[in-house]
Amino acid sequence: MATRHQKSLARFMVAPSVLLLLGWMIVPLAMTLWFSFQSYNLLSPGMEQFIGWTNYKYFLSDPAFWTAMQNTLLIVGGVLLITVAGGVVLALLLDQPIMGQGIVRILMIAPFFIMPTVSALVWKNMFMNPVNGLFAWMAKAVGAQPIDFLAQYPLMSIILIVAWQWLPFATLILLTALQSLDSEQMEAAEMDGAGAWAKFTHLVLPHLSRAITVVILIETIFLLSVFAEILVTTNGGPGYQSTNLTYLVFSQALLQFDVGGASAGGIIAVILANIVAIFLMRMIGKTLE
Amino acid sequence: MTNMLRGLMGACALTAIAVPATAETLTIATVNNGDMIRMQKMTKPFTDANPDIQLEWVTLEENVLRQRVTTDIATKGGQYDIVTVGNYEVPIWAKQGWLMPLEDMGEDYDAADILPPIAEGLSLDGKLYAAPFYGESAMIMYRTDLMEKAGLTMPERPTWDFVFDAARKMTDKSAEIYGICLRGKAGWGENMAFITSMAASYGAPWFDMDWKPQFDSEAWNKALTDYVTIMNEAGPPGASSNGFNENLALFQTGKCGMWMDATVAASFVSNPKESTVADKVGYALAPEGEKPAMWLWAWTLAIPASTDAPDAAKKFVAWATSKAYTEQVAAEEGWANVPPGTRTSLYENQEYLDAAPFAKLTYDSIMSADLKNPTTVEVPYIGTQWIGIPEFQALGTSVGQQFSAALAGQSSVEQALQMAQQIAEREMAKAGYPK
Repeated sequence: MATRHQKSLARFMVAPSVLLLLGWMIVPLAMTLWFSFQSYNLLSPGMEQFIGWTNYKYFLSDPAFWTAMQNTLLIVGGVLLITVAGGVVLALLLDQPIMGQGIVRILMIAPFFIMPTVSALVWKNMFMNPVNGLFAWMAKAVGAQPIDFLAQYPLMSIILIVAWQWLPFATLILLTALQSLDSEQMEAAEMDGAGAWAKFTHLVLPHLSRAITVVILIETIFLLSVFAEILVTTNGGPGYQSTNLTYLVFSQALLQFDVGGASAGGIIAVILANIVAIFLMRMIGKTLE
Repeated sequence: MTNMLRGLMGACALTAIAVPATAETLTIATVNNGDMIRMQKMTKPFTDANPDIQLEWVTLEENVLRQRVTTDIATKGGQYDIVTVGNYEVPIWAKQGWLMPLEDMGEDYDAADILPPIAEGLSLDGKLYAAPFYGESAMIMYRTDLMEKAGLTMPERPTWDFVFDAARKMTDKSAEIYGICLRGKAGWGENMAFITSMAASYGAPWFDMDWKPQFDSEAWNKALTDYVTIMNEAGPPGASSNGFNENLALFQTGKCGMWMDATVAASFVSNPKESTVADKVGYALAPEGEKPAMWLWAWTLAIPASTDAPDAAKKFVAWATSKAYTEQVAAEEGWANVPPGTRTSLYENQEYLDAAPFAKLTYDSIMSADLKNPTTVEVPYIGTQWIGIPEFQALGTSVGQQFSAALAGQSSVEQALQMAQQIAEREMAKAGYPK
């Protein structure tokens, strides 16, 4: 048992690192907060002044804001739907004993290790390009009109690209969970005459629920800030069709050089992310208990 | 949020690294265009003559270059000793005191030889603030064989109606030949460069003399309707994501009948090593509407006021934009490849005129560009395919997004113009216009 002295000594010793970490977090946040109340545009130096809530007012009344909100949620929702559903199917398939299982699994996980910018470039130029892309070639081969994915369905295309990258992650987690499924239970169910569908809904899915929760939680955190894919493929357009909050903040900061407006946008994005996180925890956290 | 913070932290870190640089290392930020890449390979005569100066290159894509250079210069970061900027930035930055005036550039430097429209655009109160590396205007490049097949002859300066008519007749979608390729990718330096100059030739300015946005005018409606219509009828699919480079690739692979873009592209489409249609390219001046469509751009080398090696930087700028450099490129790579559009003497050089069939048109269209009177009505700003106010970068890109949505069919021309008007009014009010 540590004495009270030892305890306070220990606290004293860890204090520097705690303070450092706290500073590391607080200083940028405080700076962002400070900037968000300033009229501060890099292109008009010497005009900095306190302007209260004006930056927030402009950001929230930006015609792009609500579209960006909606798009952010659509991206998260769409990708989650595809990766979780696809992940379960792929995990079930990969769980079957097949030839070259190891290689197949490595190939499956590969997309996850490709940098987002690279995969976006490949999708944009080699698959979705309406003149030279693979999809256009396929469409032409069957005599159909090629679809201009990034102009006609920009948000759907981005969801597709991002989902392609995250599918392996979901598959991997779900496959690991699947392998811990008790085979005796499955055999017992089989002996009781349960069909494949009944086994899936009553045994496999409940067993996977915890893993699915983990996938949803982790992916949501990353998907709220999808950026590279949008920058490379559509630049948030056409119009605001594929602008999400991250991209909107980026365009304020680095295309418009409006540090004040971008900081306000950043703060708003943090608040929204926290709201989403709270709801998520409430809704799904229960299954983790 | 996180990107913003990362950006700030990155900027701090970079600033910290940049401070201890020695006086004699020149850090040069430049754009990844062909002519600049060539310059990097050609520096031997300069480094031989100045052994105490070392060159360090930061080569970036246009948009990224702008972000980096603008943040560095505006925060007085001092990372770069020489920056590559356009004639849009130069007068604005010079006014902010961000650039050093280029005086006493050495005895050999012939400043009077710079083409007057370009020199004027780079000067403030009679002082030159940036030295032009190459200059450009816009022209139409077209396929002579397709034009002949369509039974038409391209006049030296066509009207818009002729261009539209020719585009329709040249289009053969089943053979993947599209009558006209134009920029559609959103961005102030991409689709807005083209659309701004097209609209100006229809008599549609961005602002009236009270800085009121003019997108609700009849002329804008007509210009944008024509643009969207012809691109739908005779343009390539996916046009709303085509910028300069995408269109260049389409033209070089023989998929475009006509392409109106920067004059600097002429040497790329006529280069048999890069272009499959090199021997079938014709050139014409930018079209005529109420007024000829104008365009004037120069990539220039400027020295930030925050540099710690001003003398060495001046020496380099003087060397890279000199006549001697042009001659050096001509000797090593041939006259057709020299940086065009900056010096009168180049267009008096018979060797160049013989090697570059597009030289005379380039010269004529640069000389006809008038930054102060881009359209038929009086305007409070300078600029032909851009608007010379600091807010234009942001505004141009937002409006460009609306117009690319109209091109993609995601909104109607009326909706796009209405949104553009709304965005412009908002931004101008936020920036405190009229000033």
